Amino acid sequence: MDKLFHLWVYLETTPLLGLAATLVVYRFAVMASRAAGGHILANPVLLSIGTLVLLLLATGTPYAAYFQGAQYIHFLLGPATVALALPMYSNLARIRRSAGAILPAILAGSATASLSAMLIARALGAPREVVVSVAVKSVTTPIAMGIAEQIGGDPSLAAAFVLITGVSAILLAGPSLWLAGIRDPRARGLAGGTAGHGLVTAHMLLTSETAGAFGGLAIGLNGLITAIIVPLLATLVVR
Amino acid sequence: MLNALTLLVLCQFAGEVIARFIGLPIPGPVVGMVLLLAGLVLRERYNGAAPPAELRSTAGGLLSHLSLLFVPAGVGVVTQLGVVGRNLLPIAVAIVVSTFLGLVVTGWVMQRLSRAEDL
Repeated sequence: MDKLFHLWVYLETTPLLGLAATLVVYRFAVMASRAAGGHILANPVLLSIGTLVLLLLATGTPYAAYFQGAQYIHFLLGPATVALALPMYSNLARIRRSAGAILPAILAGSATASLSAMLIARALGAPREVVVSVAVKSVTTPIAMGIAEQIGGDPSLAAAFVLITGVSAILLAGPSLWLAGIRDPRARGLAGGTAGHGLVTAHMLLTSETAGAFGGLAIGLNGLITAIIVPLLATLVVR
Repeated sequence: MLNALTLLVLCQFAGEVIARFIGLPIPGPVVGMVLLLAGLVLRERYNGAAPPAELRSTAGGLLSHLSLLFVPAGVGVVTQLGVVGRNLLPIAVAIVVSTFLGLVVTGWVMQRLSRAEDL
């Protein structure tokens, strides 16, 4: 028993534990998702995050200790974002041909999402920091944290909202786009990337390279547009 | 794989330097993505060459597990359970409804403005 305790204390101080836990949990989540026939609630990201959060709470492990190991996986997000240039390159002719539609679509979607999020949160009595932080929920984490800080929100709260939004968008994208009669892979990808950033783009990339390419484009453009319009919208909603 | 990974990291590095230097509100990796895309376009224009097979396979490998890479940051929600729990209803309704609206509005405008023959 004593030996086991010492082993645990040692493992807790190495990055190996967080790294191994993330990979093993994700591997099982992918298996579970396949076993569930790809049911949307059995999404690997949703299952992995849920399981790891429960594990951290059950063992009383602080997030910082977990992240010490998990950061090696997190770091690969940078090179993977750069790698989105390849599906975009394959779809460049398509992107050029619909260039005139892309900016109005992202602008409309971005403004709708930010404004409705702030107004609903305010109407339901959320405190100011929540109302302001929820405005940036649709953009990729580093941009969201930067804008949240600038407009008086809480960066780490914004990061949590970005995640909740991504997971919601994975669950909502299929049924809502289907209901609205949106079948065009360009429109689906752009909608996913604008409303649900990289999480939805990663999900869509598995079934359509075109949707993935437009998703990747939307992540970048929506980040830029949101950084410009959200500070203005926030001053209208919160004073 | 080594060359491709080096190229991806160098693009990210250059993107980071450019974004900080100009003070762009865009993350370095997104600028890096634009740089790599520009590089691939120039290569095609002056060399007539497609992206190297090695780069395609490394990028494909990274992108096929893109979801995994979001897990560590996602688990960070554990640090905000208090605030989220206290405001569960406003947060849940605001996020679900606004995400639905964002998806449908973006998709609808895009589908209306783009022509089917351009696909």
